[in-house]
Amino acid sequence: MSEQRFRLAQGGRIDRERPLRFTFNGAELTGYAGDTLASALLANGVRLIGRSFKYHRPRGIFAEGVEEPNALVQLGQGASGEPNARATQVELYEGLVAQSQNCWPSVDFDIGAINNRLSFLLPAGFYYKTFMWPKKWWMKYERFIRRAAGLGRAPTGPDPDIYDKRFAHCDVLVIGGGAAGLMAAQAAAKAGARVIIADDRPEPGGRLTGTRTIIDEAPATEWVDRTVADLDDAPEVLRLQRTTALGYYDHNFLTLLERLGDHLPSSARSGDRQIRQRLWKVRAKQVVLATGAHERPLVFRNNDKPGVMLAGAAQAYSNRYAVRPGSGAAVVFTNNDSGWESAIDLADIAGMRVTLVDVRSELSNPRRTLLRRHGIELLAGHAITDVHGNKSVKKVSVAALDDAASGYSGRHRKISCDLVCSSGGWNPAVHLFSQSGGKLSFDDQRGIFIPFESKQPQFCVGACSGTLELGAAILEAREAGKAAAAACGFKKRASAGALPEIEQSEQTPIRLLWSTPSGSGGRARSKHFVDLQNDVTVADVELAAREGYRSVEHLKRYTTTGMGTDQGKTSNVNALALLSQTLDSDIALTGTTTFRPPFVPATFGALAGREVGALSDPIRTTPMHEWHVEKGAVFEDVGQWKRPRYYPLADESMKDAVDRECLAVREAVGILDATTLGKIDIQGRDAAEFLERIYTNNWKKLGIGRGRYGLMCTEDGMVFDDGVTLRLGERHFLMHTTTSNAARVLAWLEEWRQTEWPDLEVYFTSLTEQLATASISGPLARPLLADLAPDIDLDPKAFPFMHWREGKVAEIPARIARISFTGESSFEISTPAGFGRSLWEALIQQGRKYGLTPYGTEAMHVLRAERGFIIVGQETDGTVTPIDIGMASMVSKTKDFIGKRSLSRTDTAREDRKQLVGLLTQSPTEVLPEGAQIVDREGPLPMPMIGHVSSSYYSANLKRSIALALVRAGRSRHGESVVVPLEGRNVSALITAPEFLDPEGSRARS
Amino acid sequence: MLLIRCPWCGPRDESEFHCGGEAHIVRPLSPDDLSDEQWADYLFMRSNPKGAHRERWYHEAGCRRWFNIERDTLTHEILRIYRIGEAAEDKKRAKAKGKGA
Ligand SMILES: [Zn+2]
Repeated sequence: MSEQRFRLAQGGRIDRERPLRFTFNGAELTGYAGDTLASALLANGVRLIGRSFKYHRPRGIFAEGVEEPNALVQLGQGASGEPNARATQVELYEGLVAQSQNCWPSVDFDIGAINNRLSFLLPAGFYYKTFMWPKKWWMKYERFIRRAAGLGRAPTGPDPDIYDKRFAHCDVLVIGGGAAGLMAAQAAAKAGARVIIADDRPEPGGRLTGTRTIIDEAPATEWVDRTVADLDDAPEVLRLQRTTALGYYDHNFLTLLERLGDHLPSSARSGDRQIRQRLWKVRAKQVVLATGAHERPLVFRNNDKPGVMLAGAAQAYSNRYAVRPGSGAAVVFTNNDSGWESAIDLADIAGMRVTLVDVRSELSNPRRTLLRRHGIELLAGHAITDVHGNKSVKKVSVAALDDAASGYSGRHRKISCDLVCSSGGWNPAVHLFSQSGGKLSFDDQRGIFIPFESKQPQFCVGACSGTLELGAAILEAREAGKAAAAACGFKKRASAGALPEIEQSEQTPIRLLWSTPSGSGGRARSKHFVDLQNDVTVADVELAAREGYRSVEHLKRYTTTGMGTDQGKTSNVNALALLSQTLDSDIALTGTTTFRPPFVPATFGALAGREVGALSDPIRTTPMHEWHVEKGAVFEDVGQWKRPRYYPLADESMKDAVDRECLAVREAVGILDATTLGKIDIQGRDAAEFLERIYTNNWKKLGIGRGRYGLMCTEDGMVFDDGVTLRLGERHFLMHTTTSNAARVLAWLEEWRQTEWPDLEVYFTSLTEQLATASISGPLARPLLADLAPDIDLDPKAFPFMHWREGKVAEIPARIARISFTGESSFEISTPAGFGRSLWEALIQQGRKYGLTPYGTEAMHVLRAERGFIIVGQETDGTVTPIDIGMASMVSKTKDFIGKRSLSRTDTAREDRKQLVGLLTQSPTEVLPEGAQIVDREGPLPMPMIGHVSSSYYSANLKRSIALALVRAGRSRHGESVVVPLEGRNVSALITAPEFLDPEGSRARS
Repeated sequence: MLLIRCPWCGPRDESEFHCGGEAHIVRPLSPDDLSDEQWADYLFMRSNPKGAHRERWYHEAGCRRWFNIERDTLTHEILRIYRIGEAAEDKKRAKAKGKGA
């Protein structure tokens, strides 16, 4: 165990009674509860965390929160491994294992670092340029690029963790638990509003926990505690810590990611109860954005070395975690007042020897005196010109800036230090505001984008709206909280409480400096880093501008600035300001890139929630399902349904099983579970008229007790669905649809009825789940049914094909329809779902003496193909008309129906459209692959394709292979031969009529 | 994700609904009398405005009723929700407009 050499003797919000052990790159280290991985590493003097993405330069911890670009680590390993975790947000837990990324063999000795020396070969747009070089070169570069690119390693197995999802509604949703967020939430809650407040840190207070701010003449954290206690007492306030808002969508819909288990030791995470993360989907009447601001760095030469840090981060490490972020001497480089506050805390709290380098020269005497009181040396009007040291900072060079800040005057001076802090001002965190559609404006004086015009019911308060001064932020937040509640209908009943007292201090305006000058006469600023995560330098931005990339969106894609896991939280504004400067244009006109969700990377697990594995999609089973399972059926998915595909006996192959099932249906009798077919009950005065308009054929004259095959088209004339509809009464029909189209057809009927023909009285109800259907088919179907339904006259004269009857089958109430999809004499027996299995078992039992064979969807497909019956979605694909599939006789000439007019358009009336045909291969054992293309004859490539194979099987009944195909002008080509090119060989086939067996259909009628 | 106030069910998430495209496309009474161009116009041509757009929506995972929405395609603001069969022009608004003019 190490002794945490950089831990301050006192202070911080850590629990010194709870030491925690962890390992980083194999070294065993100790931190305290309340630490982040970053603060614990700093406490142990670990400065080198990883290697940069492109040049493999050594990198350390740069920030202290969500904006961290550098300190990305690999957590855990195997299936639970997590790449690219921000060390600044990873809460320390007992047994945490972390490793550096993007380095090999180790972070100290990294072979990829040679890229740093070769950086002149890898300028902006490198990747794009490689695409434009000769293609064979790309093959060489690709391997190199693929290996060099990428950050951490993806998990190696299925995610073992549990994720949750929750929906919530509230009056006021407050994003951010800093001073402004807490104040707004309190004001809204006092007015009586239902409030949700989400804060991404483990404890509320935001930046107040990282500074020594005084509120009401006491440490600000006391005010935080009081306000939070007040919120927690309020009955209608939900406070979510460790919760980051990911996205802000239309109509005040936001997603929040709550981390419930990420801070727990592994032992507490396993088990089936602990939820790792929860995705909240919140709809709020009003939203208050109190998302704060992100400090932006100053850009100077070698500003990426381990030991260079944001000033506010160094200050927060000292105050919040009691960590000294460097060993003795620090240089704070600033252009604004917040750098001063950081410098003072580094001197007072961390006990460091601090030199303050301020680009501003006009600073008041009282302020200079203040610094002297804290023992800080001030270099006004100066800038850092370079940072020295290899894997950590050793020294900096400083020099006085000339008046225009375009060069240096006087001598360069070196200062020894191992911590360099910079503050270039604070960028309002306008990400969510922008996602919500809000417009930004640019504040020239302060160099920041601020919310300008909201598009949704929302308020921006505090630093997020550019109100950086605490007292003003709190006042603004309180007014917004009250106004948000009022907008939800809560009138001001109680007072919102007294405003806290905050001391004002003297302020000096910021002096904008987007990058320090290069120093030695026009040398490219190729080590002045703008985007640390993507290794984008000032030189890259300037190169992009020179090469004509004038739009900030193009700059982003060309240089990759603002990409990656941090999405440029510390770099975007600097990059676009530098682009504007290079182009000599207005920053306001250059604008920002589009802010898109998610605000931080999110796990796929959280987005999926519980909808994984068996719950990823509903599974629908029939009442007979368990029987199929018991009999060893192999299932296939048809939509959400599980349907038996075939029932193998013992060690039968699929082909043997399907052959046996097919033969049984033609020679004896088979039974199919037909429950999954869509069934829609249609009733009403105008039911027949409605069907007349929907189907291509005629319905008005269909007698009660009869059924008819129907075909429906979409309005463009293409086949949409088919099935048999029974007439149950004068105003009552039962429509059958294909299994996977059932819901679509129901919606289709509703659409026409409600939107086009509201005058028709007709009602639709899905009965798919309510009825179970067993279809028995084959020459012995009738004697089998006769045994079980003695009261029903099954004689073909009394009960002809395409009729239905009601009665009892094995004492079970049933409706029997003579519908055949196999081409054999068939009876579809339907009963209320609860009787389904009893009916099925009664048929099975009685069927033994007839050789009744259960058959699955595969045999069904073969049997219907033998007869040339189409399957919608297999023979049709949305480009096929009824005429194309040879069903012209189904198309009424005398009435209008949906799609009719389209059938006489010039394109649909063409004679040479693809038409349904049969296809017989020369070799009877050759089963063509479905989807195979068809050409006229063998010949040199390329050759025109004239069609494709839509269905193809081996038919045991015909003792040969059969196929259905769509072939150009196929109907006039029966008897001609065509070629199906397969991989490495060509197969000849003969075009035939699309019927291979019993073309008259006499067997089904018998 | 839009919040849609179904005329029958009240405010629900967009995910319960299905958008059925532009509203007030009336099916011709005598399709056979139309030229191919006229039929194609009914079948395929739809307006694509930037701004107010009237479209049909279906509360598929709810009451299964169709209704009309007037929505700003730029801001996704829902300007009006009205039942099938109601006039495309909002009478009240039209009146207000008239007054202003
Ligand atoms: Zn509804």
